[in-house]
Amino acid sequence: MRARVLIRPKAGILDPQGVAVERALPALGFAGASNVHVGRLVELDVADASQLEEMCRKLLANPLIEDYEIVLADASTASSLREHREAKG
Amino acid sequence: MKLGVVTFPGTCDDVDARLAAAKVADAVALWHRDPDLHGVDGVIVPGGFSYGDYLRAGAIARFSPVMASVVSFARAGGPVLGICNGFQILCEAGLLPGALLPNTGLRFVCRQVDLVVQTTDTPFTSTCTVGEILSIPAKHTTGRFFGDVAPEQVVLRYAPGHNFNGSQDDIAGIVNEQGNVMGLMPHPEHAVDRLVGGSADGLKLFEGMARVAVA
Repeated sequence: MRARVLIRPKAGILDPQGVAVERALPALGFAGASNVHVGRLVELDVADASQLEEMCRKLLANPLIEDYEIVLADASTASSLREHREAKG
Repeated sequence: MKLGVVTFPGTCDDVDARLAAAKVADAVALWHRDPDLHGVDGVIVPGGFSYGDYLRAGAIARFSPVMASVVSFARAGGPVLGICNGFQILCEAGLLPGALLPNTGLRFVCRQVDLVVQTTDTPFTSTCTVGEILSIPAKHTTGRFFGDVAPEQVVLRYAPGHNFNGSQDDIAGIVNEQGNVMGLMPHPEHAVDRLVGGSADGLKLFEGMARVAVA
């Protein structure tokens, strides 16, 4: 099964890459873009999709500083399994 | 008395760390695939770009065979010092609280920094005095400390005007609750000889570590 893991900086933590992109857009004439965040995408084939959550917690993301979202890509419309947000931080 | 220095693929400060360790103890090279710590009395996890910093700095190194042994060694009270990438690895391994984020300026910065000693109640700073300034180099892209850490766990702070990476509360170095594991972003191993390091202030941390390792 094809899966995508979207990893982004946790809300509230300064994301200087996002800030830099947000500042660059108006300079190119694109007005009205805000709340820009830059994260990572991990794509993988998995035999057992139920292991994805643990993969994220142990390796793919650092829950202290990052939120992650697991998307199974083979559904006709990609379905978001879960968006994980640690209460801490 | 033996201090081990871990080398991962991508580590680049292991040679200087061994030279620094050799000034206060017998330096022993430890290899990432070898879980045997060879009877060392303390472990230094040096700087560099372990496993290419792929995914996140330190994320893959923490699962290497040697790190399983380092975690057991630390949990048993053995002194462990993580420098730069080593600090990132110890955070990823859960031996230290918090995490290191990209510098607010997004750039790799290499400069001499002044660090203010916050406490001497740790093995590593037992040779220092509170308020003492240590001048040592820092060089990193991902050094902005973020995390829940008790004030008494903060060992080193950047002096006013020296926090170039945006670290929370000017934190440059911390210890775990037990005080036997320390991580810092600047590089004491590059400041052990006045001739090439700008100062020999970094040597104090190794002397302190060796003092407790032998005790």
